[in-house]
Amino acid sequence: MLRRFVSIWFRHLSTDWLTIHRPFFKDKPLVFAEADHGRMIIRATNTLAEAEGLVHGMAVADARAVVPGLQVMDEKPGRNERLLKAIGEWCIRYSPIVAVDLPEGLILDAGGCTHLWGGEKKYLKEIITRLNAKGYDVRVSIADTIGAAWANARYGKQTPVIEPGAQYQMLKVLPSAALRLEADVLERLHKLGLYTIGSFMDMPRTVLRRRFGYGLLQRLDQVLGREEEVMELLRPLETYEARLPCLEPVRTRTAIEIGIKTLLETLCADLKRDGQGLRAAVLKYYRLDGRVLQIDIGTNRPTYHISHLFKLFELKIAQVEPGLGIELFILTATKTEEAPLIQEALWAGKPGLEDDAVAELLDRLAGKVGPRAIHRYLPDEHFWPERSIKLAASLKEKPGIMWPTARPRPTQLLARPERIDTIAVIPDYPPKVFVYKGERHRIKCADGPERIEREWWLDEGEHRDYYIVEDEKGNRYWLFRSGHYDGQAYQWFIHGFFA
Amino acid sequence: MIPESRKDTIARLQQNILLWQGFKPPQAAQEQAFGLGALEAAFPNGVFPTGAIHEFLVPGPESAAASGGFIGGLLAKLMGQQGICLWIGVSRKLFAPALKRFGVEPDRIIFVDLQNEKQVLWAAEEALKCGGLAAVVAELRELTFAQSRRLQLAVETSRVTGFILRSDLQKVSSTTCVARWQIASIPSQAQMDIPVVGFPRWQVELLKVRNGNPGVFHIGWSADGFVPIAQDIAGAREHLSTLKAG
Repeated sequence: MLRRFVSIWFRHLSTDWLTIHRPFFKDKPLVFAEADHGRMIIRATNTLAEAEGLVHGMAVADARAVVPGLQVMDEKPGRNERLLKAIGEWCIRYSPIVAVDLPEGLILDAGGCTHLWGGEKKYLKEIITRLNAKGYDVRVSIADTIGAAWANARYGKQTPVIEPGAQYQMLKVLPSAALRLEADVLERLHKLGLYTIGSFMDMPRTVLRRRFGYGLLQRLDQVLGREEEVMELLRPLETYEARLPCLEPVRTRTAIEIGIKTLLETLCADLKRDGQGLRAAVLKYYRLDGRVLQIDIGTNRPTYHISHLFKLFELKIAQVEPGLGIELFILTATKTEEAPLIQEALWAGKPGLEDDAVAELLDRLAGKVGPRAIHRYLPDEHFWPERSIKLAASLKEKPGIMWPTARPRPTQLLARPERIDTIAVIPDYPPKVFVYKGERHRIKCADGPERIEREWWLDEGEHRDYYIVEDEKGNRYWLFRSGHYDGQAYQWFIHGFFA
Repeated sequence: MIPESRKDTIARLQQNILLWQGFKPPQAAQEQAFGLGALEAAFPNGVFPTGAIHEFLVPGPESAAASGGFIGGLLAKLMGQQGICLWIGVSRKLFAPALKRFGVEPDRIIFVDLQNEKQVLWAAEEALKCGGLAAVVAELRELTFAQSRRLQLAVETSRVTGFILRSDLQKVSSTTCVARWQIASIPSQAQMDIPVVGFPRWQVELLKVRNGNPGVFHIGWSADGFVPIAQDIAGAREHLSTLKAG
């Protein structure tokens, strides 16, 4: 793919930022200054201050003499970077590949993005208009290389769009400083009268290297596209991502549905091609008011079924808050797994937990009521009834041990055993009568005791002696006595109901 | 001659109607007999209807326990070696390992524990639409006619068997369910006069059966499955008539 880079230069980044937040400074000359060797040195200026002749590196004392009403603010280190990162996040709507270009710029890799806005010119215009509307004074340029875009944004006089391959012509007339050189190299160039890039760019490489070092050659190579320049991305690239900018901001359910479907078609085609299935996805939507919100889905099994994934999103559409309108959707597969190619109808209908229909049903349920509502149990190696089952981690997990069958267990188990009053005739025997919820149950026959000891390494307390009892109506209960029958602290409980 | 052939025609038409309503012909169901004996004969064609909604009245925890065991026995047949069952409810007390006794692998039951009745109905309908499941059990307080019809429509295409456990007996209205059951425990058989608790035994009341004959049956459970218990039929009739009168 043809690589195109956009360089955005914020001419008055920090002063613009302050003016946006405090309009008081709008019509006043404003500078940011930093202490340097006991003097306050200007680090940033606004347009009015610039018009008065104030420049970077000037002492504040001198500047005050020139401009009596000068507003001076403290420059804080790291603020520019923070600002640029925030604006860069916002710029992800224009391209997924955004990098911060300190001290006051951003780089966007716009390859394959501009046609969505109807061409490079309109693309740049959109960026300028939107940033201007926010209050930032920017210059923008698009070119084949980062260096060329950077140079043209800052020093170019002609057009912001450098056609593919035209950077050579453009660079010829630009000053040497447009090459992003070290200060001493630049000074040496100036000393020799090489004020424009054109005056030295065609010189033999060995000559340039001997006089100005390797750095100059590298910068030249980078700007002409002979050497790749690496940029540090603001956000690492996701392998599976689909973007959908809307020409008009959308806010209806139908429009959002169409958007999601379009995105899923792109994403699922990519996934299918690579034999991958989606396990989790995030749909981010960029609203007109600048907020970025998201909804997410998860699946039990890797899948690239558009209809199924759409159903999962459908359940969440109600949570989307379009506000004044949504202008960009980004669908990212945050978790993917290898997915076997799904056999078509002839072999469909694998029974049981392997069945895709069941997995899709569970995804839908989880999407609506939350994954925590769905439980599947496996036997655990504990005798203590409350701990004898554990939650299965996934649909695929098989029981590690056999389900115990040696002792019957009640079909209904109370989450917490409840106290009962009993009459027991003989010590260490099941009770004759017990009262549960105000009802007397006369016990006809009983089984037991089954002693279950506490697991002392997990908790403390008395052991339990369980009895299965049947009352005169035929109802069967699971009772236990906590502790020994020796007149001390023993207590009878009911814990379950048998079939 | 003529009345005879008319009888044949009527019988054939009745068979057809049953077939259209989803009841299986007697031959087709031989391999899926539940071993319920006389109880199965109460259903049309003498076949326990699968792919339909059954309704169980469970007024209390004892009844829920008994129904849980009985349904466990039915599920064992329905789920076979591979099938999956969904158990949907709000405040479920069912203890999964107990079902192993009734022939069901507890890890093949997926429990969905929800917040309210509305969610249960929604989840039950979604689940009943899913042909990959063997059965769906839903615990509800009540079920209106309209709600039951929605569930019925869902199973008509998917042929999943649904069990609805209703706890509020005050609001029992007519539904589209194929049968209405109430299960209660009865004293187990004392073995050799030793007073110990034996295999579970239930009094199974078929309160309503569509195109079938309601009745009261005694069913026991043994290691091999359901065991119908012979009983005093006259007594059962009498019991049923008092039920109907009440």
